Amino acid sequence: MSDTVTFTIDGKEVSADKGTSLLMAARSLGIDIPTLCHHDELADFGACRLCIVEIDKGGWKKIVTSCLYPVEDGLSVETESEKVIRHRRTILELLRARWSEMPRELIEKYQVPEDRMETESTFCVMCGLCVRHCSERKGANVLGFVGRGTERQVVAHEEPALKYCRDCAAENGMECLAVCPTGVVVNDFALSPPHMTPKGTKARPVRARDNENQEEVNKLIGD
Amino acid sequence: MSEVAIRINTPEELESLRDKVISARDPDATVVSVCTGPGCLAYKSHLVAENIEAELEKHGLADKVRVSRTGCHGFCERGPSVVILPRQTCYLRVKPEDAEEIVKTTLVEGGVVERLLYEGSDGVKIELEQEIPFYKHQDKVVFGVNKYIDPMQMDDYLAGGGYRALAKALTKMTPKEVTEEVTKSGLRGRGGAGFPTGRKWDATSRVEADQRYVIVNADEGDPGAYMDRGILEGNPHSVIEGLMIAGYAVGSTEGYIYVRQEYPLAIDHVLYAIDVLRGMGLLGENILGSGFDFDIKVHKGAGAFVSGESSALMSAIEGRVGEPRPKYIRTSVSGLRGKPSSLNNVETMANVPLIIDRGADWYAAMGTEGSKGTKIFSLVGKVLNTGLVEVPMGTTLKQIVFDIGGGMRGGKKFKGVQTGGPSGGVIPEAQLDLPVDFDQLASAGSMMGSGGMIIMDEDTCMVDVARYFLDFLADESCGKCVPCREGIRQLVVVLKRITAGEGREGDIALVEDIAEMMKDSALCGLGQSAPNPVLSTLKYFRDEYIAHIEEERCPAGVCKPLIAYWIDPDKCIGCQKCAKECPVDAISGEKKEPHTIDMEKCTKCDTCFRVCPTKVQAVTKITRAEAEKLGAPRQVEEAGA
Repeated sequence: MSDTVTFTIDGKEVSADKGTSLLMAARSLGIDIPTLCHHDELADFGACRLCIVEIDKGGWKKIVTSCLYPVEDGLSVETESEKVIRHRRTILELLRARWSEMPRELIEKYQVPEDRMETESTFCVMCGLCVRHCSERKGANVLGFVGRGTERQVVAHEEPALKYCRDCAAENGMECLAVCPTGVVVNDFALSPPHMTPKGTKARPVRARDNENQEEVNKLIGD
Repeated sequence: MSEVAIRINTPEELESLRDKVISARDPDATVVSVCTGPGCLAYKSHLVAENIEAELEKHGLADKVRVSRTGCHGFCERGPSVVILPRQTCYLRVKPEDAEEIVKTTLVEGGVVERLLYEGSDGVKIELEQEIPFYKHQDKVVFGVNKYIDPMQMDDYLAGGGYRALAKALTKMTPKEVTEEVTKSGLRGRGGAGFPTGRKWDATSRVEADQRYVIVNADEGDPGAYMDRGILEGNPHSVIEGLMIAGYAVGSTEGYIYVRQEYPLAIDHVLYAIDVLRGMGLLGENILGSGFDFDIKVHKGAGAFVSGESSALMSAIEGRVGEPRPKYIRTSVSGLRGKPSSLNNVETMANVPLIIDRGADWYAAMGTEGSKGTKIFSLVGKVLNTGLVEVPMGTTLKQIVFDIGGGMRGGKKFKGVQTGGPSGGVIPEAQLDLPVDFDQLASAGSMMGSGGMIIMDEDTCMVDVARYFLDFLADESCGKCVPCREGIRQLVVVLKRITAGEGREGDIALVEDIAEMMKDSALCGLGQSAPNPVLSTLKYFRDEYIAHIEEERCPAGVCKPLIAYWIDPDKCIGCQKCAKECPVDAISGEKKEPHTIDMEKCTKCDTCFRVCPTKVQAVTKITRAEAEKLGAPRQVEEAGA
C-alpha cells in the first residue's frame, strides 16, 4: 500500500500523504478555503463548517468539511461549487448575526445578504479556539463550554483561572485572546485579572454582553 | 424474586430447566395479566393488581390463579388493561375498585363483566383481546409476548423459549454464520436511519482489535415515542439476549446498555435481569460451556437528546460530554474508546433472538422488498386509539390510523401524520395510502425514525408544528456546530414571527436557505435532519405559511395573535355559560340575550369556545382582519415571546 494518494481539487491533480486533510492539501496548492475554528497547532474541531467543500466519490456527491475529511484516492473535490458557495454564504450570514464586525472581504466575496436575520452580537462564534488552546496546549482547562443548544457559551472557570492565568499571561501574554478570531471579546474576564468575586462565582461568561449574563451561567453550572 | 438460582453450564441444562419451568405450570391455569406499563401505572394499575390478589385470597383462589404484573400491552388509550389468560378476556379502563367484581364474576363464577369490555363506536362490546379492532389488525411478533411476561420473573421469559436462540448461536453457529443469518433476514436498524444490522456487525467484526463493543441505544427521546421503553420495561431479557448474540457475532466480550435516566423502571428491570443472568452463569465467563465470555454494563444517560447520536452516545459512556465527534469514520470501525463498536437500537436487538431462533427466511417473509419484519409504532395525537402498535413493514398509513387507530377523535378530519420525531416530517392526507417502510417514508420527505407517529387533525397549524419541533431542538442540539446552533436559532425566530402574524416577504426563502444548508453541512445527524419538520411542512402545506405571512391568517385557527373570539348574535341563546366560565370577565350580556366578548380583555384562552353548547355554536373563531373590522385592537405579540 502506498502512503500517498492521488485525487483532484478544482480540476487539478494532486498527490498527498495519507491522513492529510483536504483543507491542508488545498492550502498547499494555494487554494483559499475560509476557516474560523481551524488552527494549525490544534486538533480539528469541525464546528464552524466554513471550510465545506463538495466531493464526488464515484458519482456520489456530498458536502464535507475539508478540515476533517482525509484525502482519498480518486476523489474529486470542488472547493467553490455552486452549492458550496450558497451554503457558505448562509453560514456566514448566521455568523454575522453574532459577530457584527465580520471582515468585509468575507462579506463581499460571498455576497452575504444583509438584514435578513435577527442579530444579537455576542462576538463569540463558539469556534472553541480559546477553549482548545487552554486545554490542549496549556493543559489548564480554565476555559470551557457550558450549556447546550442555543444556550451554549464559553466560560472561564474561576478556580483553575486563579491557579494558571497569572503565570500564563506573564509568560506569553494572553494567548487565549490572541487566538480569538473575532478579536473583540470585551469581557470581564479579559479586562481584569482573575479574582475571587465576592459571591464566590464558579465560572464567568467570556462573550460580550455578558455582565447581564452571569445569572444564566450560574444556572447552567448549577451554582 | 426469581426462583432461579442454579447455575446453567450447558445448553442441555438450560433446556432441562426450561422443561422444569413449563411442566410446573398448568397450561390451562388462569393468569391475570395486569399491564403495569407507564400509562397504566399512572392510572394505578399496580393497585388493580394488588386488589385482585387480595380478592383472590378472599375467595381462596390465591393458589389457583396467578396475577402477573407485565409490561405495556399496547392499548394505552383505554388502560389500565387487564387480560385474563388463557381465554384472553380483556378488561379496559380498569380501576382498583373493579377488582372485586372481576374476581367474583369472572374468576369465581366464570362470567364476564360487561361494563369493562371494549365498546366500539357502534356500541358493540367485544370480550376477547384479539378480536378488538385495535389488536385484530396488528401483527405482534416482538411486542405480543409482553402480556405473558413479568419482567421480574426469569421463568416467564424461559417458558416462552428464552435464551434458546443464544444457545443455538453459541453452540451451533460460528460468529460469521450468526452475522450472515441476520444479514439474510434483512433486518434494518430500528433507531432511525435503517442501516442493515448484519452489515454493521460485519463491519465491526472485520476491524482488527483487542476489544470490540456492542451497545444498545435506549436513549429514546422523540416527543411522543415510547416503543423502546415498552420493550425494555416489559421484556428486558429479549434485548439482553439480542445484545449477547450481537456480542458473539462481532467478537465482543463487553456490552453496554445506554438507557436514559428518565426510564427508571426500564433501568431497574434491566439491572435485575442482568443480576439474575450473572447468578445463573448466563453472563460472565464460558457461557453455556461455549467458551464465550460476555458481560453487560448499564450506562444511565443524563438527559440529553443528542446523546442518542452514535458518537455522542459513545463519548457519554466514556465519561465525556455527550457531543458528536467530528470524524469521518464510522463508530462501527472506531467507536467507544476508539474500538470498533456496534450500536443497535432496543427494538433491533429484540428482533435478533427471533431471527436466530426461527431463521432468516421466516423473518424475511414479513415486510416489503427493502424493509423486512415488523415495526412498532407509538400512535399518539388526535387519533381515537392511542398506544403502541406493531405491524408488518409495508402496512399503509391508512390501515394504521383508521383500522388500528380507529380514525380521528371527535369526528375531526385527518390532516397529517408526523413520523420520525423531530428529525422526521409531516405526511399529508393525500399520501395516506403510503406503505410504511424505511424507503417510502424517506421518499415522502419524512423518515421512519424510531417509530413515533403523531396524528394531526384539521385543528393543527402546520407552521406551529414546525415551530414546536424546532423549539425542542433549540434546547436539545449540542450547540457545537454553526449550522445547527445558529441555524435552529434563526429558524425559531422566523417561525415564531410567522405564527405571530409578523411574517415578512422573503421569510420562506430565508427558511429554505437555512434549512437546505443545515441538511448538507451540519456536523451530525441531529443537525442534518433538524430542518425536516419545516421542509416537509413547506413541501405539503406551503399555502398555510403563505396565509400566515400574506393574509395574516392562521387557517387552522391555532396561532393566537391571528385569531379572535366572537359571539354570533344570531346564534347566541344567552345561556351565560361562557360568561360564567370566562376567567378574565371579558364576556357580558343579560340572560337570554346575545352576549358579547370584549376583545381588549380577551386572552384567547379558548374556554368560551369549548363551553358553548354544541347545538348552539355561537362562539366563533374569526380572523385578525375580521376582528379589526369589528373594532378589535391590533394585538402584536413579540416575535421572541
